[in-house]
Amino acid sequence: MFKHFVQFVTGAASHALKGSRTYYTWVAFLLCLITYGAWGYAHQFQEGLILTGMRDQVMWGFYIGNFTFMVGVAAAAVVLVIPAYVYHWGPIYEIAIIGELLAISAIVMCLGFVAVDVGRPDRAFHLFPIIGSPNFPRSLLSWDVMVLNMYLILNVAIVSHLLYSAFFGRKPNNNFVVPLVLLSIPAAVSIHTVTAFLYSGLAGRPYWNASILAPRFLASAFCSGPAIILILLQILRKAFGLQIKNEAIWKIAELMAYAIAMNLFFLVAEVFKEFYSDTHHLIHTQYLYFGVGEGRGLAIYGWTSVVATVIALVLFLVPATRKNFFTLNVGCVLLYIGVYIEKGIGLVIPGLTPDTLGEIYAYTPTAHEVQVAAGIFGLGFLAFTIMIKIAIPVALGQLVYKGDGPGPVASADHDDAHGAHVGA
Amino acid sequence: MLTEKPETHACTCGGKTGGCAQKTEKAHDHGHDHAHAPEPHGTEPELTDDEAAQKLSMSRRNFMKHSAIVAGAAAAAACSAEDLEKFTAHRLREMTQPELKALIKRLEADYKKKFNKDIDVRATPAAEGVKFGYALDLSRCIGCRRCVHACVKENNQSRPNPEGDRNNPIQWIKVLEMEKEKGVDLSDANPYYNPEEVPREGHFYMPVQCQQCENPPCVKVCPVQATWKEPDGIVVIDYEWCIGCRYCMVACPYGARRFNWAEPHLPADQVNTNTHVLGNRPRPKGVVEKCTFCVQRTRAGRYPACVEICPVGARKFGNMLDPKSEIRAVLESKRVFILKEDLNTQPKFFYFFGI
Repeated sequence: MFKHFVQFVTGAASHALKGSRTYYTWVAFLLCLITYGAWGYAHQFQEGLILTGMRDQVMWGFYIGNFTFMVGVAAAAVVLVIPAYVYHWGPIYEIAIIGELLAISAIVMCLGFVAVDVGRPDRAFHLFPIIGSPNFPRSLLSWDVMVLNMYLILNVAIVSHLLYSAFFGRKPNNNFVVPLVLLSIPAAVSIHTVTAFLYSGLAGRPYWNASILAPRFLASAFCSGPAIILILLQILRKAFGLQIKNEAIWKIAELMAYAIAMNLFFLVAEVFKEFYSDTHHLIHTQYLYFGVGEGRGLAIYGWTSVVATVIALVLFLVPATRKNFFTLNVGCVLLYIGVYIEKGIGLVIPGLTPDTLGEIYAYTPTAHEVQVAAGIFGLGFLAFTIMIKIAIPVALGQLVYKGDGPGPVASADHDDAHGAHVGA
Repeated sequence: MLTEKPETHACTCGGKTGGCAQKTEKAHDHGHDHAHAPEPHGTEPELTDDEAAQKLSMSRRNFMKHSAIVAGAAAAAACSAEDLEKFTAHRLREMTQPELKALIKRLEADYKKKFNKDIDVRATPAAEGVKFGYALDLSRCIGCRRCVHACVKENNQSRPNPEGDRNNPIQWIKVLEMEKEKGVDLSDANPYYNPEEVPREGHFYMPVQCQQCENPPCVKVCPVQATWKEPDGIVVIDYEWCIGCRYCMVACPYGARRFNWAEPHLPADQVNTNTHVLGNRPRPKGVVEKCTFCVQRTRAGRYPACVEICPVGARKFGNMLDPKSEIRAVLESKRVFILKEDLNTQPKFFYFFGI
């Protein structure tokens, strides 16, 4: 058993180290990005969070915004898992693995963004049971740490079992995998719900203290996550010769259209309530879309988000543009931009500005924050790249264990296997 | 009318121009005592000529190697013991008496090293039958900000550091200037007022600090239980346990909490050596802090520094469970209000218009 595991790991590792020039360039680029970010973080570790644009008035910013957005991406993996497992859509079986790997990478980035945001990373163990003192169940942040880690472990368990079985040419143990997969669906919903509750439970922050926040989080997650996946699928289809039918992509795009419509509807509901009731609480929404006093820098982002999401809705709704890969990809990028702003700075900054005593501190991320964030994105992309590099050939039966050979051998050079028809 | 001098912390003599005798003498004292460049203390034993020669003749490499090993081992021992202690330490709230004593000993030794000064760290617990309350008379307050600066001095807050690029001054009290015509309206408040003279015509002033809520949202959200409400009602922070996530600051409806965005700038000659472990002891970088009703004073039967300094007597403080206390007199005879009462935070900080 242990010997098999070692063979699996060494086989996978040696495969991850081999690749085309494009692969090496991409990995090298990501390593540069990670080093750049790590350098920035080392500086921050030394000097403190004063290097960021955050201050006592706006104490959360770019890091937590990215964290919130990435939780949504991680949650959206279920969009692919649900149809693949529940409805037995043949072609999406491999796609589901991609979704889960994306979820794992997104969680890695989530944890990264939380880690760089805390003032005392040396005390992070205080968050965990036994060695620390989690304020569970009272603190939603405590919940979030728990569900994110559980979701990470769950996805790692599912993916490793599937790949481990495929590597040794066995069938996956459905008694083990299916319950876990079914569990991952409510788990995905829960990570984003808990993250929304983390904000919406704060009575002192009226911009967040709305019961529609959690539904809106889910709706927007089902926009941004699949937007990334649709583009990934097209890349992987080219790179690995993965047989993904156009119909599967279009079906996902159609489901996304509903999610976008829902998300915009929730936005309208919020905007109506704020403007029609016209209380002091309106000022946060005004700050996002029009700016207040000196702080007007956010308005351009607020409107970019709305306009991009509306255009994306049209592109995904109209069958002609949905089935045209150019317009579909434009829609994906627009949607990604729209939700990235909405769930990132568009959520965090107006929620904290003006502060609870009415002061407007116009927060903008510093170059330092962007640098550290770039490193975390690099880490997430690298994790995804390497996992995909191993997972796709294994899932396709190209990278399997040859019992009597000296070690695992890849049966095909799939980096150049552009036209290979596999799994058919 | 009092002159607004926000950056003058120094003396209590009342001189507006600074440089009073008291201050000069103090500064001189400190320069003599200790501070940044300690004199050589003669820790190295004196060598005889022979020994000195022998030492010099020792091969440089050998000497370096030797001292490196010794220093390395010492550092490793010190470091690991201390780290292990930190790692296995409990939250202050759960500490046994010996653990608490050990912590205080370590803190005092750390401060001695850092400030070259004996700092008394106490852990006086809450007394029975005490629930502290605070009341502030808005019709008396003139917005002079003496409370702000008395608080900074008393509570060892990070001072402005104009020379460094890591300037992170901290003030626990924020005084808001409001227009009499508009009444208490936070959306129109100005915390940065700086006129020649206060109070300004047509304005009134509302100091805001930790409201010591009975139902504190900050305590509820802390993911590691590093902040809690003491039996005497004071909300405190364990500076050795806080992870610096700032969720409590996000949850606080009164903007009362402050974060150490950089290493606090606290010159050794300005340290208040009378401290409490949950209160004004010097804080490390990366943790949250806030007003504690001057726990180091009030648990010793004294007034908070802001109450003591207030030149117009706008600030009232006392034990709400004691029927004869000043705070009870205010609560019983004045019509008081609290900030944001709709949030059900139940502050023990009351405002009233006394005149």
